[in-house]
Amino acid sequence: MIAAGIFEPFGYQFFNNGLIVATLAGALCGLLGVFVVLRGMSYIGHGLSHAVFGGAAASAVMQLNYFVGAGIWGVASGVIIGRIARRKLIGADAAIGVVTTASFALGLALLNRYGQAKKSIEAVLFGSVLGVETVDIIAVSAVSVLTAVIIFALYRHFLFATFDPEVAQTSGVRVALIEALLMAMLSLTILVTMRVIGTLLISALLVIPASVARMTTNSFARMLWVSPLIGAVSASLGMYLSYHLDTSASATIILVGTTMFIVVYAFTGLRGRSRIAHLHHV
Amino acid sequence: MTADVLVECAHITCAYDSTVAVHDAHVTLYRGDFVGIVGPSGSGKTTLLKAILGAVTPVEGHVTKKPGLRMGYVPQVESVDWNFPVTVLEVVAMTRTTGRFFPRITQDERDGAIDVLTRLGLGGLENRHIRELSGGQQQRVFVARALFHRPELLVLDEPTSGVDVRTRHEVLHLLADLHDEGMSIVLTTHDLNGLAAHLPRLVCMNTHVIADGSPLDVLNSDVLERTYGAPMEVLIHGGMPVVLDQGNTEVVRRLGGLA
Repeated sequence: MIAAGIFEPFGYQFFNNGLIVATLAGALCGLLGVFVVLRGMSYIGHGLSHAVFGGAAASAVMQLNYFVGAGIWGVASGVIIGRIARRKLIGADAAIGVVTTASFALGLALLNRYGQAKKSIEAVLFGSVLGVETVDIIAVSAVSVLTAVIIFALYRHFLFATFDPEVAQTSGVRVALIEALLMAMLSLTILVTMRVIGTLLISALLVIPASVARMTTNSFARMLWVSPLIGAVSASLGMYLSYHLDTSASATIILVGTTMFIVVYAFTGLRGRSRIAHLHHV
Repeated sequence: MTADVLVECAHITCAYDSTVAVHDAHVTLYRGDFVGIVGPSGSGKTTLLKAILGAVTPVEGHVTKKPGLRMGYVPQVESVDWNFPVTVLEVVAMTRTTGRFFPRITQDERDGAIDVLTRLGLGGLENRHIRELSGGQQQRVFVARALFHRPELLVLDEPTSGVDVRTRHEVLHLLADLHDEGMSIVLTTHDLNGLAAHLPRLVCMNTHVIADGSPLDVLNSDVLERTYGAPMEVLIHGGMPVVLDQGNTEVVRRLGGLA
């Protein structure tokens, strides 16, 4: 009886689809989150997800494919943010604030004017496991594989450009290209995970696993597998609990991640706290 | 360019947007040189280094390098994020990016890195996190990273900035040892008495090059006043110039500290 209850959600296709996408999304966000957290770009996940919302709205209104419309929009926003931030005339946070909130506002206005506003907005803001289709699984899998291959293949370029961009540049690393790649991967990740996790909560999935991983290790290489593991575990556990607790999947995933953060923060003691304290933007 | 010339900056002017950082600077670095670039903040020292490294392109003039010249760059340690999760070994090995497509540090790389670290007195520290080292050790890790490439020219930006006297001595001795082994070195420094006066050649600059020669030739009141825009007195002590900031001397005298 109890066993039947435990395995009950796995009897539904929608749940299994959602679980696969959420687990992959957790791992993917955990992997990219390492760069987001160490580069002090925590706000960027928040911003980019808002920018992609604009693209999602525009593609809905123009009856374009969601992945094509929102994808182009998101990648373009990411590249624009990167370019503005590199000029250093204004900070990266201000660049993100301007580009992404403008995009979000435009999306909102388009949906108000032309779309079925309420339903679309809620689905995009908070995500939904009900709408997960095979195409979502393929999209998240493809982006996960692509991201892992790029980071694995260009590992030292990413490490060098993240730790010491100035010296990396003088040593022949194409820092601008690495940053553009990172922004493109981040935009694609948000694009393919947004329908499940939602615009408002995706930035937490980028920040929490990497922050937890940072407290547990002093090695960049180890962080790159610990963080995705934490992301995948919190996402799958959150999905599972959300079924039994009858709560929003994305909110439960974030709450599981936050619980992990609190537990690790408490158990790693002063050393862990000092590491996380230096990530002042988290 | 003759065979002994490593880098020639021919009347270069460098600018950021509309601000000129270096104006009409002509500096030639030769094999075996040990050159210090001195000048006040904002005088273009770091920009000149970046032009030498190829990180800044002059808007006028040109930089010519010996074909295939290998350079190692040591940035200011004050700019390093000491909380970044990297070990000493990872810092040294990270520069070898060409043809390296995997996270794993190969045995050859590990052996090479440990050789360099041992030479710099950092043997056995390769698995430590960079924050766990002393100031002198931290500076040496970044010198080790630059040396890992086996460079012909070592370029250092303010190697003694923000370090204590002991660390400064360590750095100076390390650089002198490397120079004795045949390494060519160019560095920037604010430290006239602690570092610059000990070097064989100094370039004094304030946007443009004001003087270029041995410390005994260039560290004089006239050059220093033109470089720093402040009156300075120079004494010779044990055959070496010692720079006294007259502004400071005046304040100490007013406060009753000097007879």
